[in-house]
Amino acid sequence: MQKLGEFKLPHFFNYPPYFTLQPVRDTREKQVQLWKELIIEYCRAQKVFIIGLEEDFPLFSNRAIERSLSHEARVAFLSALVSDGRAEWTDKGHKKCLILWHRIQEWADLIVHFVKENGLEDNVMTVEEIRSGTESRGTELYGIDRSVLMRALKLLEHKGKLVIFKGTSTDDEGVKFSL
Amino acid sequence: MAAGNYLPTAELTASGRPVLYPGEIESSLLSSVDLLSEENPNFPHLKSGLLILTNHRLLWLPNSTPASSPTPVHIPLSAVSHIFSLKKSIKSVFSTPRIRFQVSVTSEGRVDEKGLRSIVITLVLRGKSDPEAFLGKFWEALKVRAWEEIKVGASGAEAGSSSGPRSGEGSLALRVPVVGVAGILRKEQEMWESTDKSLQDAFQDLNALMSKAKEMVMLAEKMRLKLLAGSNNQATGAAEDELGTKEEMQDWLLSVGIASPVTKESAGALYHQQLSRQLADFVRIPLERAGGTINLIDVYCLFNRARGTELISPDDLLQACSLWEKFDVPVMLRKFDSGVMVIQNKAHSDDEVFARIRSLVTKPDALQSGVSASDAAMTLGVAPAMAKEYLLTAEGKGLLCRDISPDGFRFYINLFQDINSDDVYLVRDYSIYVAWISTNSISR
Repeated sequence: MQKLGEFKLPHFFNYPPYFTLQPVRDTREKQVQLWKELIIEYCRAQKVFIIGLEEDFPLFSNRAIERSLSHEARVAFLSALVSDGRAEWTDKGHKKCLILWHRIQEWADLIVHFVKENGLEDNVMTVEEIRSGTESRGTELYGIDRSVLMRALKLLEHKGKLVIFKGTSTDDEGVKFSL
Repeated sequence: MAAGNYLPTAELTASGRPVLYPGEIESSLLSSVDLLSEENPNFPHLKSGLLILTNHRLLWLPNSTPASSPTPVHIPLSAVSHIFSLKKSIKSVFSTPRIRFQVSVTSEGRVDEKGLRSIVITLVLRGKSDPEAFLGKFWEALKVRAWEEIKVGASGAEAGSSSGPRSGEGSLALRVPVVGVAGILRKEQEMWESTDKSLQDAFQDLNALMSKAKEMVMLAEKMRLKLLAGSNNQATGAAEDELGTKEEMQDWLLSVGIASPVTKESAGALYHQQLSRQLADFVRIPLERAGGTINLIDVYCLFNRARGTELISPDDLLQACSLWEKFDVPVMLRKFDSGVMVIQNKAHSDDEVFARIRSLVTKPDALQSGVSASDAAMTLGVAPAMAKEYLLTAEGKGLLCRDISPDGFRFYINLFQDINSDDVYLVRDYSIYVAWISTNSISR
């Protein structure tokens, strides 16, 4: 089985029609479905948050069979993720796409779980510490996209579970948990 | 009371066109014509049918063909002894025109040229038509007595092939027994030489050509028959090129064409309807040869070639084809999604084609690298453009899916439905997906 870095690719990745946008509705629906799954799986495994449409994204081409997705196809598959709520366009021109393999609510749940796990219920942490601190190492939070993290934190703040404040010594923002 | 007791039955083709005698040509068609005899009440009253005047016969065909309708009948012109002129009176201007003519009948009342009694038959022309013009053509057909010429011609041909006194003149010393293809070709050569003069005469002016045309057709027919006869005893090892020549020759002569093409002049308002039926009869053979479907453009060429000088326009062809829906004919016009139109045998089913496409794309080679339209064309025995239509139709049905790359446009068996979208790594046993994976893992 083929691999892309550490990521194990499914067999159909070598199926040439997988890389051509299928015009027949039923076939296309299935093709889109498979692409959505593969993109999510790949991004989760590789911790990829942003896919740039004009940049080389390893999943969108297959050197072994010399096929790559057309721009139209990339837009079609990412748009399908966006309409599922599992991705968002970050700009109006649809050039960059934010992939949410966890929805914001799920990320928020992960943060709560992380805080309880580490006994940080009434502590203060900086945002940067959550992303790359020793506590978060080995968890899904490690290396999380900053904007995604901020949105999850704001969601929790809205629910009264924490307070975000501007740091005094650094530019970084601080978080005061109150679970 | 069957009409057959009084009138001989006429033979029809599968699509409802009359089967014409050799040398028989239609000269006029009229719709909604009644055929009856005013003096014999027992004589069948045939209502509102299609009347066809040829140089041999007067045919009457029922309008539709339910089981209850009368059988198609014909009156040989040889039995017609007199045609009465139209009655000219103020009254006749307003009533439906009637044409009366006298035919010979046997003592039982059956129409026959050898009959001793005679009877007056009336044609009632209910449709829009020009009785004067029809009468003119009727008179002309009777005057020319074309049926007699054919009989003479046929007996002459028999005499020529049985003993050959005709070809004997002046070349007795050079006569070689006719053996194999070489012999036939030599005999043709002789015939051509002897007819060279008549050919030259024929080309002197158009009128002369017209009068020689029948002889030319007869000549061609005769040669064809000889070639066919020759093919039976040429097993004695004829050279390859001779064989080629013979086949080519046969092809030419076989496509000499349609003896009596339906024309606007002869059919008038019935033109498209009759053309449609004639076309249905005509496409049968090319259709068989092309494997059940044939491109409309190809048919246009073949049909016009067979018609010779009476060419039809593409529009006429299309109209004739679209009329097939209304008749009970074994062929149909089919339009693919792309707009390509083909003529198809009704018996020729898409399912069979799809089954063949399926077996083609599941071969190990095709599983790995797909098929192109030309690959499919070879397997299906159709033109590449047509093969592509079939592939696209199969794609529309979800059997295939496409791959567009710098290598071209190729089709693969559709694996998408076999893949589980909840678990992209799962491979179900015994699926076509498994077969695909195994051929692909061998090749890489």
